[in-house]
Amino acid sequence: MLVNIGFVALGAVFGVLARFLFSRWMKKRWPMDFPLATLLINLSGSFLLGMLVGSGAGSHWQLLIGTGFMGSYTTFSTFKLENIELHLKQQHKVLIGYLCLSYVGGVVLAGVGLWLGHEMSAIR
Amino acid sequence: MLYVLVALAGVVGAVCRYLIGMLIPSHGFPLATLMLNLTGCFLLAIVMRYLARLPRVSSNMVTVIGTGFVGSYTTFSTFSLESIQLIEHQMYITALLYIGASLIGGLLFTWLGFVCSERLLARKEARTNAR
Repeated sequence: MLVNIGFVALGAVFGVLARFLFSRWMKKRWPMDFPLATLLINLSGSFLLGMLVGSGAGSHWQLLIGTGFMGSYTTFSTFKLENIELHLKQQHKVLIGYLCLSYVGGVVLAGVGLWLGHEMSAIR
Repeated sequence: MLYVLVALAGVVGAVCRYLIGMLIPSHGFPLATLMLNLTGCFLLAIVMRYLARLPRVSSNMVTVIGTGFVGSYTTFSTFSLESIQLIEHQMYITALLYIGASLIGGLLFTWLGFVCSERLLARKEARTNAR
């Protein structure tokens, strides 16, 4: 139990810092109305988690990279906060685009990741 | 120093997510992730709309709690994975329910957090004016 928590905690350190640094850098480098940083983080994280699970990684890897890293790297609450903020700014077209890209993209990319991970483990 | 605090808050958020995830039974329906994500939406709205406006709370503190703790407590990748796994197992209705509940519930809980924040602020202001 404590070992499992340790794996999750270690992964989370890198996951949260990756999200924090990347979104800060994006907002400074390309300031825009569209929340691109969160979108890219959530899509890449969905794909990578799919790959991890598809590859049939052991439970410790799943805790470290899956629950710890990817779980902390991606975020749902910021995504929803940005949704409401777009709504309050009356940017409804941007909001619809953001919602569609996140949901469709996230689910499809997780599927592609699952498939790719499975294929890669079959080769190995 | 900010990075250290964000990382620490992130660890606490992730461990909370892991432990709560084990406590909530998710047989056939990913209830744990849904509960975590919806409560996190409400929490983040309170942090950004109430806590951030309190004079004693610094912007770094808001980043540590909002980006660090709540950001790690909620997760999008697990949501995506669970959705595609439901679809792969041909549980289309469950998948639709899960995605719909996350989509609409997330908006609702965030909005609820906004409304509660406004109420709390208004009450606080009324109290200071009364003094």
